[in-house]
Amino acid sequence: MSEEAKPLGGRIFTPTFLVCLIIVGIAGYFAIKRFVFGIGSISNMNDGFPWGIWIAYDVVVGTAFACGGYVMALLVYILNKGQFHPLVRPALLASMFGYTLAGVSVFLDIGRYLNVYNLYLPWQMNFHSVMFEVAMCIGTYIFVLWLEFTPAFVEKWKLKNFGKRLNRVIFALIALGVLLPTMHQSSLGTMMLMAGYKLSPLWHTSTLPLLFLLTALFMGFAMVVFEATISSRVYALGDETNMLSKVARIMSWVLGFYLIIRFQNIFMRGEMANAFSGTFLGNMFLVENLMLLIGLFILAYPNYRSNPRLLFVAAVAVLIGGSLFRFNTYIIGFDPGTGWKYFPSIGEQMITYGLIAFEIAAYTLFVKVFPVFSVHKSAELN
Amino acid sequence: MKMKRRDFIKGAAGSLALLTLDGQVVDARTVEALPPNALGILYDSTLCVGCNACMSACKDANSMQAELGQGNTIWDKPQDLSSKTLNIIKKFSSGKGVNKDVVEDGYAFIKRQCLHCVDPSCVTACPVSALTKDKESGIVSYNKDACIGCRYCQVACPYNIPKFEWDDPYPEIVKCQLCSHLIAKGGISACCSVCPTGASLFGPVEKLIEETRRRLQMKPGKQYDFPVSSIDSGKSHVFKAPKYVRHVYGREELGGTQVMYMSAVPFEKFGLPTFPKESFVSMASGIQYAIYKGMVYPLVVLAGLVFMVKKNKNAEEQGKTEKKDTVKGDTHE
Repeated sequence: MSEEAKPLGGRIFTPTFLVCLIIVGIAGYFAIKRFVFGIGSISNMNDGFPWGIWIAYDVVVGTAFACGGYVMALLVYILNKGQFHPLVRPALLASMFGYTLAGVSVFLDIGRYLNVYNLYLPWQMNFHSVMFEVAMCIGTYIFVLWLEFTPAFVEKWKLKNFGKRLNRVIFALIALGVLLPTMHQSSLGTMMLMAGYKLSPLWHTSTLPLLFLLTALFMGFAMVVFEATISSRVYALGDETNMLSKVARIMSWVLGFYLIIRFQNIFMRGEMANAFSGTFLGNMFLVENLMLLIGLFILAYPNYRSNPRLLFVAAVAVLIGGSLFRFNTYIIGFDPGTGWKYFPSIGEQMITYGLIAFEIAAYTLFVKVFPVFSVHKSAELN
Repeated sequence: MKMKRRDFIKGAAGSLALLTLDGQVVDARTVEALPPNALGILYDSTLCVGCNACMSACKDANSMQAELGQGNTIWDKPQDLSSKTLNIIKKFSSGKGVNKDVVEDGYAFIKRQCLHCVDPSCVTACPVSALTKDKESGIVSYNKDACIGCRYCQVACPYNIPKFEWDDPYPEIVKCQLCSHLIAKGGISACCSVCPTGASLFGPVEKLIEETRRRLQMKPGKQYDFPVSSIDSGKSHVFKAPKYVRHVYGREELGGTQVMYMSAVPFEKFGLPTFPKESFVSMASGIQYAIYKGMVYPLVVLAGLVFMVKKNKNAEEQGKTEKKDTVKGDTHE
């Protein structure tokens, strides 16, 4: 538990790293095109679907994937479950890049990016706007995440004085790092309330803020399991299944609570028939929840969740189900009427792939250079 | 200490439970009222002859580009509202499409533009107050110097009015602003000043509402005076009263709009959605209001979180030093 985190070391320019860089390069080409010729030149977004995958995936799904740091901070520092401490820093690192790149994506997505400073002019702020709250929260949280991760820089570069000063305020940063995602993750749900009749009743409910908060929580846990499983394979780290299955147990409670609320809400509003109507949207609703139920089924049983392979399957199912819920709420269940259609263009997709590739590359770089993992290499254990 | 922490978590859970009460928190914000000197347009579909003079005048008055493309390089031919078109006359047609203002084998016109909602979604949605509703005239206008281009207004608008310049590297949101630049000089909206039949009628909303009442009381087939351009212009034409649908679109839809429609053909035929009286704005912003009013809840939660993190973090630090000293000693609960 009190083992110090160490850089993993090793070769940085692996084939994976290079492939990621190539994808980032292609995305860079489309990004330049967007700034020269306008968003319409590379994207299929239109006046009926003003938000495409840059918002729905990069921000709405992407920040939920990046809730690992949030949920681990919640577990370790608020609920005082110190045994999960080794999972905090890797989760924080993934969150840091997830959120930072969501910020980059927003910058590509918004049309009048030079006007962003207006968000910080008191006389321009609109406190009624959900978008204002989300923008401020996410903006601040990116900053907080980097500060939360700073101890890794301090250890690496031996910045003792700065480290001492940081240590005096870090508890406040951690607290902010729990408050801010609670606020903006629920607000991402509030955001789509305004869409009114344009959003299918299968997703439009005043419970959206709570549903979004809960998806952020269980997707955060699922991402911790997902990342820890992959990195322990890739970097040949020690076995963490014991700890991860404990995380899985907590995840199963959150997920179960979510599903009860989700179905109770659908039932109360009389939308059950709509869900089973066999229409495209009805089926999307079913697939979304089927994935979550599969995840819950595995997570709920101690035997299943302590099997690393099944646990990984459950995490993937939960991540897909949670992402579908968010995709459905932002794009698939959204219909402005008058025949508008949307499917992301190649350029639009490439930008998103580029951001994901950048995340992976940066993550692999950081774990090799900075002290992130505190689990011994299995080779060293022997 | 332990009790306190539990209580705190309970409190936090309680404020979250607030979110789940369908419809309960909605009342936290009242629906906006019509501004005192609200200006608007009454569009009477039965008077419209589809001459499109309003569209041409709108383009001139607002220096908008012509809508070309699809093989047409000569004249303005918009298909719908767009970043180049703030105002458009569209046509409903069924069957043979020969009888005006009749549903079967008939046709009718509709004018689409910003309706200048009494409680506009776009104004509530905009994070940087680039869209504002004038406190006097109620005109919803756009400030490109504040706009960040997030397009939440487009998602939020129930009438799909705001448009975005997708092909511009530094795009703007585009929508009708009721020719506020002409009104400032004592004029009226360009579309109304050129309308030859008075189908588009400019005026104070209160007076326009009175006019809708007068028209709804007319006996179909009898002749009446219909004002032209502006309700105060003193000019009028004589027409036979049509058989109006007994509903003025925009009178109550989502809290009401300052541009209103009258027609002899049901409004669904024009693709206008049927809306409740209460706006979607009041629902979303009601919830937002209940939680974030004065930032009290978030600050209380933050204080609690800071307290807990500090306590747990101290315990952890202590645990570390104790461990070094005594090897054993799990201080975590």
